[in-house]
Amino acid sequence: MDWTRILTNVAGEIIAPTTAAYALAAIGLNIHFGLTGLLNMGQAGFMLLGAYGFAIATIAGWPIWAAALVAIAAAAVFALVLGIPTLKLRGDYLAIVTIAAAEIVRLIGRSTALTSLTGASSGLRGDSYKATFQALSPLPDGTTDIGPFSYSNNFSNSWWIRIVAWAVVALACLFVFLLIRSPWGRVLKGIREDEDAVRSLGKSVYAYKMQSLVLGGVIGALAGIIYVLPRAVQPDSMGRPMTFFVWTILLLGGAATVFGPVLGSIVFWAGLMLIKSVMRDGIPDTVMSTGQIEQLGWVIVGVTLMLLVIFRPQGVLGDKKELAINVR
Amino acid sequence: MRGAPAEGRALSRWRGRLAVVALAVLALPFLTAGPATAAGPCLPDAATGCVEGSVRSSAGQPLPGVAMAVAGASGSASTTTAADGTWSLPVTADGKYTVTLDITSLPPGQALSAESTNPHTTQVRLASSTNVLFTLVSGAPAGPVSTASASPVSSDGGDVASESGSGSGFNGGRVAQQAASGLVFGLLLALASIGLSLIYGTTGLSNFAHGEQVTLGAILAYVFCQLVGLPLLVAAVVAVALSAASGWLQDAWLWHPLRRRRVGTTQQMIVTIGLSMALQYGFQFFFGGDKLRIVTTAPDVVTMGPVTLTRMTIVSVVIAIVTLAAVSYFLLATRVGRATRAVSDSPALAAASGISVERIVRIVWTLGAGLAGLGGVLMGLYLNATSWNMGGAMLLLMFSAVTLGGLGAAFGALAGSLVIGLVVEMSSLVIPNDMRYAGALLILILVLLFRPQGILGRAERIG
Amino acid sequence: MSAEQTGHDFRTTAARDLQYVHRKPGAVKPDAILVADDVTRHFGGIAAVDVAHLEVQRNAITALIGPNGAGKTTLFNLMTGFDRPSSGRWTFEGAPLAGVSAARVARSGMVRTFQLTKALNRMTVIENMRLGATHQPGENLFAALVPSLWRPREKEITAQAEELLARFKLETKRDDFAGSLSGGQRKLLEMARALMSRPTMIMLDEPMAGVNPALTQSLLGHIQALRDEGTTVLFVEHDMHMVRHISDWVVVMAEGRIVAEGPPESVMKDPAVIDAYLGAHHDTDLGDDSLLEDDVPPRTREGQS
Repeated sequence: MDWTRILTNVAGEIIAPTTAAYALAAIGLNIHFGLTGLLNMGQAGFMLLGAYGFAIATIAGWPIWAAALVAIAAAAVFALVLGIPTLKLRGDYLAIVTIAAAEIVRLIGRSTALTSLTGASSGLRGDSYKATFQALSPLPDGTTDIGPFSYSNNFSNSWWIRIVAWAVVALACLFVFLLIRSPWGRVLKGIREDEDAVRSLGKSVYAYKMQSLVLGGVIGALAGIIYVLPRAVQPDSMGRPMTFFVWTILLLGGAATVFGPVLGSIVFWAGLMLIKSVMRDGIPDTVMSTGQIEQLGWVIVGVTLMLLVIFRPQGVLGDKKELAINVR
Repeated sequence: MRGAPAEGRALSRWRGRLAVVALAVLALPFLTAGPATAAGPCLPDAATGCVEGSVRSSAGQPLPGVAMAVAGASGSASTTTAADGTWSLPVTADGKYTVTLDITSLPPGQALSAESTNPHTTQVRLASSTNVLFTLVSGAPAGPVSTASASPVSSDGGDVASESGSGSGFNGGRVAQQAASGLVFGLLLALASIGLSLIYGTTGLSNFAHGEQVTLGAILAYVFCQLVGLPLLVAAVVAVALSAASGWLQDAWLWHPLRRRRVGTTQQMIVTIGLSMALQYGFQFFFGGDKLRIVTTAPDVVTMGPVTLTRMTIVSVVIAIVTLAAVSYFLLATRVGRATRAVSDSPALAAASGISVERIVRIVWTLGAGLAGLGGVLMGLYLNATSWNMGGAMLLLMFSAVTLGGLGAAFGALAGSLVIGLVVEMSSLVIPNDMRYAGALLILILVLLFRPQGILGRAERIG
Repeated sequence: MSAEQTGHDFRTTAARDLQYVHRKPGAVKPDAILVADDVTRHFGGIAAVDVAHLEVQRNAITALIGPNGAGKTTLFNLMTGFDRPSSGRWTFEGAPLAGVSAARVARSGMVRTFQLTKALNRMTVIENMRLGATHQPGENLFAALVPSLWRPREKEITAQAEELLARFKLETKRDDFAGSLSGGQRKLLEMARALMSRPTMIMLDEPMAGVNPALTQSLLGHIQALRDEGTTVLFVEHDMHMVRHISDWVVVMAEGRIVAEGPPESVMKDPAVIDAYLGAHHDTDLGDDSLLEDDVPPRTREGQS
């Protein structure tokens, strides 16, 4: 068992841009579920819309800030379209609608009818939309080695994306921190617990829930952009499983906390890498192929989610008193 | 009902069971030699060589879902092309290998070019990758085309076996064929959905793992028919029985204890999500990523006017109708059935009238899982293939059907399933094939917008 | 309005103004703050509420009583926007309120409490109170991000909250979670919270329900204090004794309709009211005799089940 390699891989996961992207997605979901009690089961849909919006706008030649705005606008419109009919319905109805809507986004995106726009099921090639982002980098081209980590400075899976990704995560955490301690956050806390009480105090519950849905969705779109910048836009890899991973990450770290999503993402990806690496090294190929080790990893994720929700729904950092599990 | 034991003993008993199950899940892979199929890309190293390629259509589009097989010195393995058309398989010994492309898995309109040799023989070495190319041209494929897969189900992940062909017009024959397919699909979907509806009605739980109950039935049928070698009928019966047993076990070991602990339905729903993930990847772990065929014989085809169906499909339809009739009789005319509807309507009121709610719920889980398993077996036969995510892909269709019919109303699930089946099949007349599901999902959203209680549900359940 | 009129004795005014009002259902009041017409609410085939006309006098304490199922809470829910009527119009301070959402009704000055107290248990007492305040710029999403925009108002709100908590004798519970309070204390909290927005009218849904007898006297005192400050009070109650003691006017409902109106003494003697209660076999506690100021007529006592 090559512990140096395993631990290096695990440490690599801790700073990886994918970890940051999932942390950001979980922050968005935290606003939905942790702060407001909304059961959004379609966060992957927001992420995919953000990825498509950014990539398609960039491919069309738009500057990076415009492309990011397109992504944000797409997510906001999606949230409005979802929220207008469903925010008045009961919790599990929103869950079903968001799952269905995210699936529709994926189906339309991967459909061959839209091949010229979205690349259908093979998606959009990475080098078609990364140029503007890479151009923003102040770092010189080339590779830098820091400790055991060696990445390109600017190209694809680079130091630059890592810096930007984690900076965005930090900003998002600050954002959530300010909101939680503000009167706006207080209203959400009330809504989480008892909507009628909040209505009787003169606050429009519907407006607050809609703001929360849009905000969390926009953050999800940004997460989508960060997710696809080191790779390619592939709709089939941004479907239901992605949503469920984000949920696991949020619940693992602790919903309704500021750092829960970040911690959850780090523990999730580093932990998974650790388990899979140990299995790959420890289990001979004749017993289990590499593919099967991958799958066993996901089985463990599924079981972890179950155990988490049953025995410790507040996760690592959460406070049982705050938890909005009994969602209306 | 036996009295409730002390809290501490109950908790430790439950923890004990959970530990047993967890250990079993983790230990099994070490006890069984896993099939040599890879679902992730092959990485060559000192002990592994790779055979790989990329399948593109005559127009240059990547083709997912094409079945590839490799056989030679280190045994045989098979896989299907991924979403981007690529495939790769590992070998563990140097030598000559034959690579076969399964032309029945090509989409209609694509065929191997005359220059391609199929199977293709090549030399493979450890620690390196060998690329094999198959060129495709457009045209009718040589060889039998299975008409039972005239309307294959577009699944999650990359395993889409249908081409994009948009609606080729409204000629009466096609309409009739699609309508027939729709009704067949709807009936089979109904078998799967009734359990979902009843579970929601009696316990308030939206079971996101119900798709896996369907997959379980199909995979068990595959195991007992192909791997154990039982005749199809016996295998099917065993599969359904085991599926029902899985429902019983689930309620006894998981849901009943959770309900006793007063775990909320939202939490339980998230538990079903975790269970769904664990089961899906569990299936993939044991059976790989490619499609499994329950029966490998070519199907008999029966033509009735403009509609062509296989004999198997007709038998399946008959079985489905008989089963649905039996379930209806059960719900309407038997005491237990009526009690079930009472609990579905209002558990508190039912309990107050002396009905043992927990017993009814146990029956509902067993029945629902059994029906889902039967639906899975029949669906697997109808589509001539099953895979680890067959049920998962259908989960949303089931939710659409159940929501349309009215969450909690068993007959609503039947009505909703027929509508959804028809919508899915007939929408391919007007929208591209790979977007058919989107139509059903759109219906789901629209129903929730305008009539959230569905066709047969009651308005009070909603807000 | 109430703050400037500290010298004004609303108890006397109310009694005087209501003295000459006709004692029949739908009576017109000299200064009605809430006027409702033809309000109905049907559930299936049943009319839960069928009120032809109702007027509530400003600056008075009006009690809404009736047997179980009379439609009192449903009427409450309709007036405050928590339920949609099958038909009807009503105005509050002259402005039409039918079809207006619950939050907007509350913002227009008509605030309600709930029969099953909705104290937000997972928030502290002081946070509950702060939530009740109005005009906090920090409740806007964008302003929330800039603390300096809302900190000053937050200070004002906290001061107002602490004053109200002191009045309701809850100041020591300031930082405790509302869930840790007793049932009666939570009722007081809900009332105090409702007052944060300085409402014109406060509607209390069974304020005595679930409160231990020792606390009832103090609760009654608080309700009277509300009226004395110029807030109009409308409350639903079952307990006739309470009703008798503090209300200026009583409206009796049965089977969705108003069957009687008048000052407490006359209403209790009204045959229609007695029929409504006894006809419905309602176990009404007509009060501990020793606490009543006048004798209860013997006819009523015999009919008591």
